[in-house]
Amino acid sequence: MASLAAFGRSICPTSPLFPAPACGNLGSLLRPVRHHGSGEAAGEAVLQVDNRCSDQVLDFPGGKVMFVPEMRFLPGSPNERINCYRVLDENGQTISGSRFQEVSKEVAIKMYSDMVTLQIMDTVFYEAQRQGRISFYLTSNGEEAINVASAAALTMDDIVFPQYREPGVLLWRGFTLQEFANQCFGNKLDYGKGRQMPIHYGSSRLNYFTVSSPIATQIPHAVGAAYSLKMDGKNACTITYFGDGGTSEGDFHAALNFAAVMESPVIFFCRNNGWAISTPTAEQFRSDGAVVRGQAYGIHSIRIDGNDALAVYSAVHAAREMAVHDCRPVLVEALTYRAGHHSTSDDSTKYRSTDEIQHWKTARDPVSRFRNWVEGNGWWSEAAEVEHRSSTRKELLQAIQVAERAEKPPLSELFTDVYDRVPSNLWEQEKSLRETIKKHPKDYPSDVPV
Amino acid sequence: MATAMAVRALGKRASIAARGFSSSCETEKAAKDGKPINLFSAINQALHIALDTDPRAYVFGEDIRFGGVFRCTTGLFDRFGRSRVFNTPLCEQGIVGFAIGLAAMGNRAIAEIQFADYIYPAFDQAFPFNVIVNEAAKFRYRSGNEFNCGGLTIRTPYGAVGHGGHYHSQSPESFFCHVPGLKVVIPRSPRQAKGLLLSCIRDPNPSIFFEPKWLYRLAVEEVPEHDYMLPLSEAEVIHQGSDITLVGWGAQLSVLEQACVEAAKEGISCELIDLRTLIPWDKETVEASVRKTGKLLVSHEAPVTGGFGAEISASIAESCFLRLEAPVARICGLDTPFPLVYEQFYMPTKNKILDAIKATVNY
Repeated sequence: MASLAAFGRSICPTSPLFPAPACGNLGSLLRPVRHHGSGEAAGEAVLQVDNRCSDQVLDFPGGKVMFVPEMRFLPGSPNERINCYRVLDENGQTISGSRFQEVSKEVAIKMYSDMVTLQIMDTVFYEAQRQGRISFYLTSNGEEAINVASAAALTMDDIVFPQYREPGVLLWRGFTLQEFANQCFGNKLDYGKGRQMPIHYGSSRLNYFTVSSPIATQIPHAVGAAYSLKMDGKNACTITYFGDGGTSEGDFHAALNFAAVMESPVIFFCRNNGWAISTPTAEQFRSDGAVVRGQAYGIHSIRIDGNDALAVYSAVHAAREMAVHDCRPVLVEALTYRAGHHSTSDDSTKYRSTDEIQHWKTARDPVSRFRNWVEGNGWWSEAAEVEHRSSTRKELLQAIQVAERAEKPPLSELFTDVYDRVPSNLWEQEKSLRETIKKHPKDYPSDVPV
Repeated sequence: MATAMAVRALGKRASIAARGFSSSCETEKAAKDGKPINLFSAINQALHIALDTDPRAYVFGEDIRFGGVFRCTTGLFDRFGRSRVFNTPLCEQGIVGFAIGLAAMGNRAIAEIQFADYIYPAFDQAFPFNVIVNEAAKFRYRSGNEFNCGGLTIRTPYGAVGHGGHYHSQSPESFFCHVPGLKVVIPRSPRQAKGLLLSCIRDPNPSIFFEPKWLYRLAVEEVPEHDYMLPLSEAEVIHQGSDITLVGWGAQLSVLEQACVEAAKEGISCELIDLRTLIPWDKETVEASVRKTGKLLVSHEAPVTGGFGAEISASIAESCFLRLEAPVARICGLDTPFPLVYEQFYMPTKNKILDAIKATVNY
């Protein structure tokens, strides 16, 4: 057990796993009084602890454990589900008594306009894919608040380990529409050199690690990187995003456990959007979502309304404070809905009802909800809306044209970056490939410079 | 047991017990200055140096703190502290995934997987296959060099040990040789282990360092105490010969060496090559040797089918076809799970090799 507490402060005294004994001092715990089980309701259990203390306490790694005479199994699920933090109601009004992090006018406007930009990107790129101009696309519809508000609550020094449905984080950080388009078209200006499918963005300048298709592999990376930030004494944390499906992967469990034990300053952000492609959460897990699993690993956790930009902003802001200043991981589970298909390769009406989709798209739309709040503050108007939508659309169409016309990366880039330097076997293969291309030029695409 | 002159010593003593091995052709100038130590101590020295010379270096894995199950990490925790040398939860994909994140932030992440047999859960990340294959190996390429995890080194004991059975004996190197972006390195002796491990740790690419666990205690040679590195992707011609080229790596080198000695008694002159780095491998050295001898034998403990010997055979058949005077011989493990009681049947032993040398030379 000594090794578990090896990283500075022990987590035990404050851990939800090991709460301080409710019955006060050990003296009372150890009173040699016999009690008989009386089957109290669960809600009374805490108050009853003193009376139910048995005559023995086990000093076990992790803290004192009380012996009890009753055989009681922990229920698989509690009577009541973990509640959900929200600030704005469906109409974008702040709920009375809600506590949230102040958002300045300037930040609020940028948050809202980036959410709209993300919507426009999704519409236009989706269309471009349908027209066969790009090979693939994946929208963030319905999760605009998660994307933009979580990004807004972080600093640029915080490091992002995305899954793939978080381009709004990159947008917030300053990735331009041209940069998005370059990646989707895989041209020579794409930082990934045209090697990955569209939407696999990445930018070292913006501290946004390159998207990888396998699910959940980024989660343990975020823990290791966070440990590095802690060792360097940086005033920063890492954040990693994943969906409800990702929480079934071994990497998720490995990462949470590592983060708790290593006390890494990392925010685990679960976008629980109800669907892992066609698999509903009922077939994904039987726990009360992801939030209880955070607690099970000894991690501070919260469930929030993912379609409420102010709730997302406030929760991530607070999580960041805890991660950076207390050097600990935090898990945020945002309840939301994947309002679009999984990707352009998917038709979600085959496995879920259009009523369900429509309900989330309209009644629970995060963008219009936040617009109501921003407008209510007098910070936004219909005129601003029209102007922003029209200029963004124009800029994006222009960026797509430029990206489409740009050359593909040269053939030589096929062989670079496998290692820091190109080894001899790859030189040979490049040489041999070039000879083949000379002999059979028609076999190869003409837009890749040889 | 063996000394710097062990090649000659082994010439007179070819028993299985004498698995000690040397690097007689080593260019390392101070090689003769060192004290005789075994392989795990050489690894331990390298780790001390790695942590001492780079404040951004970390060593971690299961049971690392008390010295590791093979004693390779002894003394590191006491000297460098718990924030740089630590135990991890028992989860190979977590270890490698965490290590990738650490390395991607500009650190030297030296992760131990307790047995190569347990590297499969981590394959995805690099070892734990997805971790290794889909993450570590492609980190640089997929980002267009925006990011890399070149500071990652995964150390893991591999290979037969006489009693390891299915899950403490395997040689999974060829899986990782099929993954561009990784370097796969296997030392044959204590001096080699120290110099190659330091090179892996400091190389700007993720590497997997397979340590021959059979040699941890058995192999002893003089190892310089100071900081030195041996080049990656350079094979070493251990001794020259004219009739046949023998290629191997790791613990198998000493078996090949014994076969050489026996063959010499029958007048066959073998050229013995230690490949050392499996990818990217030093094809030129092997080709040059085969052009001279006209014959090639490759030997490894891993199953013959799909082993790295297949790659060497195919490459040499392509590049030296007209010079080859006999089919390339592969003397390797059987295509079975590693069998406990049948270990000696399974292994590519000295006499299997010797027979193949004779058959190839007399083809």
